[in-house]
Amino acid sequence: MSQPFAKLPAWADYGLIPLVNLIVAFLVAGLVVLLVGENPLQAAVLMVKGAFGSGQGIGYTLYYATNFIFTGLCVAVAFHCGLFNIGGEGQAYLGGLGVSLVCLAVGNLLPWWLTFPLAILGAALAGALWALIPAWLQARRGSHIVITTIMFNFIAASLMVYLLVGVLKPAASQAPETAVFGPGGQLPQLGWLLQMFGLKVRSAPFNVSFLLALLSAFLVWVLIWRTRLGYEIRTLGLSPRAADYAGISQTKIIIITMMISGALAGMMALNPIMGAQHRMQLDFVSGAGFVGIAVALMGRSHPLGIVLAAILFGMLYQGGAEIAFDMPNISRDMIVIIQGLVILFAGALEHMFRPALQRLFGRIAGSALRAAPVTTGESH
Amino acid sequence: MARAAIELIGIDKRFGLVHANRDINLAIERGTIHGIIGENGAGKSTLMSILYGFYQADRGEIRVNGKKVAIIDPNAAIAAGIGMVHQHFMLVENFTVLENIMLGVEGAPLLSKGIAKVRATLRRLEEEYGLEVDPDALIEDLPLGLQQRVEILKALYRGADILILDEPTGVLTPAEADHLFRILRKLKEQGKTIVLITHKLREIKAVTDNVSVMRQGEIVATLKTKDASVEELAELMVGRRVLLRVDKGAAKPGEVKLAVENLTVRDNRGCVVVENVSFNVRAGEIVGIAGVAGNGQSELIEAIAGIRRAVSGKVTLDGRPVDVTGRANPAELRQRGLAHVPEDRHHMGLVLPFEESENAILGYHDDPRYLKGPFLDIEAIRADAQKKIAQYDIRPADARLKTANFSGGNQQKIVLAREIERDPSVLIVAQPTRGVDVGAIEFIHRRIIEMRDAGKAVLLVSVELDEIRSLSDRILVMFAGRIAGECGPEASEGEIGLLMAGVEKKAAAE
Ligand SMILES: Nc1ncnc2c1ncn2[C@@H]1O[C@H](COP(=O)(O)OP(=O)(O)OP(=O)(O)O)[C@@H](O)[C@H]1O
Ligand SMILES: [Mg+2]
Repeated sequence: MSQPFAKLPAWADYGLIPLVNLIVAFLVAGLVVLLVGENPLQAAVLMVKGAFGSGQGIGYTLYYATNFIFTGLCVAVAFHCGLFNIGGEGQAYLGGLGVSLVCLAVGNLLPWWLTFPLAILGAALAGALWALIPAWLQARRGSHIVITTIMFNFIAASLMVYLLVGVLKPAASQAPETAVFGPGGQLPQLGWLLQMFGLKVRSAPFNVSFLLALLSAFLVWVLIWRTRLGYEIRTLGLSPRAADYAGISQTKIIIITMMISGALAGMMALNPIMGAQHRMQLDFVSGAGFVGIAVALMGRSHPLGIVLAAILFGMLYQGGAEIAFDMPNISRDMIVIIQGLVILFAGALEHMFRPALQRLFGRIAGSALRAAPVTTGESH
Repeated sequence: MARAAIELIGIDKRFGLVHANRDINLAIERGTIHGIIGENGAGKSTLMSILYGFYQADRGEIRVNGKKVAIIDPNAAIAAGIGMVHQHFMLVENFTVLENIMLGVEGAPLLSKGIAKVRATLRRLEEEYGLEVDPDALIEDLPLGLQQRVEILKALYRGADILILDEPTGVLTPAEADHLFRILRKLKEQGKTIVLITHKLREIKAVTDNVSVMRQGEIVATLKTKDASVEELAELMVGRRVLLRVDKGAAKPGEVKLAVENLTVRDNRGCVVVENVSFNVRAGEIVGIAGVAGNGQSELIEAIAGIRRAVSGKVTLDGRPVDVTGRANPAELRQRGLAHVPEDRHHMGLVLPFEESENAILGYHDDPRYLKGPFLDIEAIRADAQKKIAQYDIRPADARLKTANFSGGNQQKIVLAREIERDPSVLIVAQPTRGVDVGAIEFIHRRIIEMRDAGKAVLLVSVELDEIRSLSDRILVMFAGRIAGECGPEASEGEIGLLMAGVEKKAAAE
C-alpha cells in the first residue's frame, strides 16, 4: 500500500521549486533582453531599483501587489475546492460596479471610514453574484467551470463597456468612465507608513486597501484551515467521494466556495477605484484576474505564499515599467513578454523541474531527508 | 553466489522519524517464488519500492544476478530486468490492452509496426504462461483479475526476469487468485524469479518456496516454506501467539435494528445492480453478506448508508423509515446511529492528504465537541485522535502525520476507530480486513464481535469467505444483485460456494 515517488521535504516544495522556476524564467527573459540588444544585468538592476529603490517605487510595487493578493486569493480558495476559477477578471470587473455604485451614492455624504465598509460589501457582493451563475451551472448541471467562467469574463467586459459609455458616464464627459467620487469615496493613502521607514513617497497610489488585502489573506487562512466550512471545502477538493461519504453537500459547497472566491476577486476593485483613480475607468482590471492564477500557483494556494508571490509580481509590474522607460530598445510589450515568462515557468510549467529535483533529492536523500522532520500534511 | 537473482545488502531507509528498513540483508534465489510477510508498516512495500527505484535507500547495495546495480528510478529497474505489479493498477482505463502494453515502448512514430510486434509477443506469452487476455478489449471493461494479468504482461513485455507483486490478491476473487497462482508457477518453471508480498498465510503456503518475515523494518527470519506452519509464521510476524480462529459465544438477537425491504439500486451506468433485496439485522447479531465482488454489494451498502439514491424500496433504521429513494443523507444517518466502514478506504473512508486527526473526524466534523462556533477546535480534535490512536494501537502514534504515510492496516484502523468509537447502534463494515496483517485482523475481528455482544446490529460485507463464516451469525449470499440464499454459520464452504456461483438453493437441493 505504498505510493510511488518520494515526496520532497516541505521546504523544497514550498521554497526551492518556486525559486528554481523563477530563476529559469529570469534566465530566459535575460536571453530575450540580450536578443534585442540590451544588457540583461543592467535591466535586472533597473528592475529591482525601480521596484524597491525608492519610496515611490515601493509604493507602486505594493499598490500592484494589492491587486494580485486579492485575485490570487480568489483563485486559491477555489483551488482548495478542486475548482479552477478563471473568472477572476470578470468578477473583479463587476466588483468595480459595486464599489462605484456605493461611492457615487454616498461618497458626498459619509466619511471614508463609513463608505469603505459599504464599498467592501458592494464589491464583494457584486463579485460573488457574478461567480454564482457559473457555480450554479457547475453544481447543478455539470457545465465545466473553466469554460463558463471564461465566458463570463467576456460578458462582464461587454456589460461594463455598455454601462460606462451609457448610464454611468456623466452627461458632459467624453471619456468612458464614471464621475469622480466625493471625498468619502476616496481612500486615505498609506504613504506615511513608508515615510516612517524614512522613505519618500510622492504620488504612489499605495492605500489602505493593502491592509485589507493582508487581512483578507489572514482570513482566508483561517477559513481554509481553521473552520468547519474550510474542512468541507478541502475534503471536497481532495476527494469528492469522501465528501459524499461524509454527507457534505457538493452543490452547497461548490456554490459557497465560488461565491467567496468571486467576492475576493470583486474586492480587488477597491484598490484601483477607491484607492487610486477615485472613479471607475474602462478596463481597470487589466489582467490582474489572470495574474492571480500565476500568483496562486506560485504561492501554492497558501495565503502567505500568495502575499509573497503578489509582491513579486508587483515588482515585475513596477520595475518593468521603469525598464521600459530607461531602455529605448525595450518597449512596454517586451515587459509583457518577461511577465509572461514568469507566469509560464512559475505557473503553467510549475511542475517541470519537480521530477528532476525529486531524483536529485532521492540521490542525496540519506543525510538530507534524515535531518528533515516528518512532513505533516498542509503547512499550518 | 550466481544462484541469487537479487541480493539486498545492508539496505537502510528512514522516513523522518520512522525507520522503515533497518540493515536488510536478503538473497532471493533465481527461479523461485519468494514470499515476504510482515505486519502492517513492517516495511515490505518500502523495501520493494527501493528495489523498483521508487525510493532510494539511505545506505546499502543491490545486486542483480551478482552484479551491483544502481536503481535510481523505475526505468533503471526495468533495464535491470525487474518488473513490478502494483496493487493499484497503473493502466489507462480507456485504452485497449494492446495500447497499454505498448505505452512507453511504442518503438517508432508510426504505430503499425509496434502493434504487430506486441500482438506476436502477446500470443507467445499466452501460450507459454496461460496468460490469456483479449488484446483489443478496453481496460475499463475488464474485471480486476484480468487487469492484473495485463500488468503482468506489461512487465514481461518489457523483459522482466524478476517480478515483484505487492499484495496481488487483495482485490481478486478466490478463483482469480487461483488462476494467478497457476500463472506464477508457470513463470517459475520458465526460470523467472518472483517476489510475492501478501498477508494471507495460506497463499504463502500454497505457492512460495521460501519466505522472509519482516518485523519493524527488519528481516527476522528467512525459511523454507515447507518447514514452517501457518501458526509459526504468524507468531514470527507479530512476535506473539496469534489466534487464527475467531472465538465467540452464541448470538443473542434482540429487536430488528435495520430492515431492508425490496430495495432496488442502479449503478453509475444506470444498470440495475441490486434487485428487490430484503433482509433485516437484529440487535446483537452479525449478518454477513457473502458473494463474489461486483454482485451489487457495494451499491447495496451505499444505498443503505445514504450515499447512493435507491430506485425503490424501503429501509428502516431503529424502527423509523430512512428516505433511501429521496433525501437520505449520510450525515443525518450518522446522527441516527448508523456507522459505516466503507470498502474503499482510500477514496471514500479517508482523505489521504489530510493529517490523521482530520480523518478521525470525517463525517463527524459537525459534532459540537469538535467545534467552537464555526471554527474547528483543533486541540480537541487532536486530543481525541491521539486517544483513539492509543486505543487502537495505530502506528506511528502521530495524529499530525499525513494519512497517506500510514501503512494499509493502520489506515484501516483509523477508519474503524472513528466509526466504532461513536458507539453506533447499527454498524456496516465492508471488507474490514482487506490488506490488513494477521495481528490486526485478530484485533479487528475481536472489536466487531465486541460490538455485537454490546447489542449492536452488525452488517458485514466481505469477499473473504473465511471471514464471513467465522464472524457471521447468519449468512446471506448475493449473486447478480439478488439474495441467492441464506444459511447459518455452520454451512460448508461448498454450499456457500454454490450459492455464490448463482446456483439457487432449491435447485441445488434437487
Ligand atoms: N513516504 C513516506 N513518508 C513517511 N513515512 C512513510 C512513507 N512511506 C512509508 N512510511 C512509513 O514507513 C513504514 C513502512 O511502511 P510500508 O508501506 O513499507 O509498510 P508495509 O510493510 O508495506 O505495510 P502494509 O502491510 O500495511 O502495506 C510505515 O511506518 C509507514 O508509515
Ligand atoms: Mg505495503
